[in-house]
Amino acid sequence: MTPLIIIAMGLIALAALFTLYRLVFGPTNADRIVSADAMALITTVILIIIAMIFDSSLYLDIALVYSILSFVGVIALARVIEAKTQNNTLDKQGED
Amino acid sequence: MQLAGEILLLIGAIFIFLGALGLLRMPDVYNRIQVGTKAVTLGAIGVIVGVALLHPDWWSKLFVILGFILLTSPVSSSAITKAFYRSGIVPWKSESKSKPMKGQNKEPSS
Repeated sequence: MTPLIIIAMGLIALAALFTLYRLVFGPTNADRIVSADAMALITTVILIIIAMIFDSSLYLDIALVYSILSFVGVIALARVIEAKTQNNTLDKQGED
Repeated sequence: MQLAGEILLLIGAIFIFLGALGLLRMPDVYNRIQVGTKAVTLGAIGVIVGVALLHPDWWSKLFVILGFILLTSPVSSSAITKAFYRSGIVPWKSESKSKPMKGQNKEPSS
């Protein structure tokens, strides 16, 4: 645990704090989705650093599974938004 | 080897910090997607390569995580950008040339 690693950990913690601010107070729901995507990536990095600190490679498996699940979640959210808008345009055409 | 790994880890952490700062400061959803994906992905690559230099016996798992991040991060950001654009969020324009477009900060039309 050298000073460089401690500085890096502090910077990553500040980054997670900024992303969390955008996640909570984001003006629109789109901002929240974007910051959730970035937050998943930062969480993967934090898990890798935790694996380095605790000296156990078990946390690397957790990081891999977490990144896979977040990817599936973001793709599902994008599909939901797209399908919603397409349904709306179809409804409007039907009303006309 | 030890010093190189620590310096790479610090560079990755600086890139992650700058990406999160951009996520906080950028004016628009599209700018936030761009900075929050590219800079944070580069920072994650730096941190993973740094940890791989510090713990050389973990390189296989770290390589799998690195490849997965490199494959999926652009795909997910592209998918959500396409979804936002199709749902009618107008890109932001600089105020020096013209006034901001109408409805730039509205929720996606639901």
